[in-house]
Amino acid sequence: MSTEKEPLFSPKNLKLLSEPLGKSNPITVQVLGICSALAVTVKLKPSIVLALSVVVVMAVSNVAISLLRKMIPPRIRIIVQLVVIATMVILVDQVLKAYAYDVSKQLSVFVGLIITNCIIMGRLEAFALANRPWPAFLDGLGNAAGYGVILILVAFVRELLGSGTLLDMQVIPQAFYDAGYVNNGMMILPPMALVVVGIIIWVQRARRKELIED
Amino acid sequence: MENLVNIFVKSIFIDNMIFAYFLGMCSYLAVSKTVKTSTGLGIAVIFVLGFTVPVNFLLEKFILKAGALTWISPSLGDVDLSFLSFIMFIAVIASMVQLVEMIIEKFAPALYNSLGIFLPLIAVNCAILGGSLFMQEREYANIAEATVFGLGSGVGWFLAIVGIAAIREKIQYSNVPAPLRGLGITFIITGLMGIAFMSFMGIKL
Repeated sequence: MSTEKEPLFSPKNLKLLSEPLGKSNPITVQVLGICSALAVTVKLKPSIVLALSVVVVMAVSNVAISLLRKMIPPRIRIIVQLVVIATMVILVDQVLKAYAYDVSKQLSVFVGLIITNCIIMGRLEAFALANRPWPAFLDGLGNAAGYGVILILVAFVRELLGSGTLLDMQVIPQAFYDAGYVNNGMMILPPMALVVVGIIIWVQRARRKELIED
Repeated sequence: MENLVNIFVKSIFIDNMIFAYFLGMCSYLAVSKTVKTSTGLGIAVIFVLGFTVPVNFLLEKFILKAGALTWISPSLGDVDLSFLSFIMFIAVIASMVQLVEMIIEKFAPALYNSLGIFLPLIAVNCAILGGSLFMQEREYANIAEATVFGLGSGVGWFLAIVGIAAIREKIQYSNVPAPLRGLGITFIITGLMGIAFMSFMGIKL
């Protein structure tokens, strides 16, 4: 191991943080972590809470696995990873139940499903097992943030068009409704989350030609 | 009996794992390129869901639920272990997947070979853990209901993945806008299929 000390925020480390937000976004490019994401995006508030939970779980479990990486026998690493993630998720779940009970009811099983969120397993496998704790922490933070950004973006569109509110506050003025504007009820239905993500992917790939699939 | 049929039909069509809850999307998107492999994966998911939901039901009923430990001794009546359910469920799922893998390898080597890597990957398929968590949340009355729910969810997932695989095979001949090709169009098709599945919602069971 090299003895020279790398600065904490070297360009390489910053890249770990910024790339998942755009070029290697976990949802739109790596296709990870879609499972638990889309059903909660009807409203902005639960989406923000879920995104924050994922940030916490992912950053901490990335660091934990990275610290343990030399001790984990390769054959049973999946079980070790699951146990670390599950422990973190239980903590987050208990905290949510204690301090934000309404939101935790709204999220129902989706907090638990963070355990099997492929984005966390995927990053543990691909990054934390082979890197030191600090880069692993940044990688976890960056990927969870990239995931959260998409989640919040989808929730923003769906809540605005579907209910005319943001964070449960009315943003579309009453005058619009009086003039005949109607909320798009379709946006509240689960399938529209997929279509919104599809459109986000479309926009992103139209701007970054290198991501286009054949 | 009628009740069981209701749960079965409901979990296939109305509460479809993919179209209503987006569970198991990762493998759904990654494996749905050809009908053949997605059929294999779908069958394995039915298998594993049909096993793990009833096993986790027993676990929930006799160990985890508040007051569930009274069958050991009445003094344990106020023990509530439900905060352990995530870790217990995932342990059961991981070991069941291992077990199913060994059983299939022994008795149906042909199927085992065609499934390959997808079999162990089922352990981290959200649909499986989701099945157990929904079972816990909906509080099914007995093990028969839980089993039927597990099987039904599996069949629903199977239908969805085979459907999308068939569409993706055909869509290769279509002129999709370049940035939308691959992932983007798959998302949108899934959304449209979901809207189609929503027409079952009006059915009162």
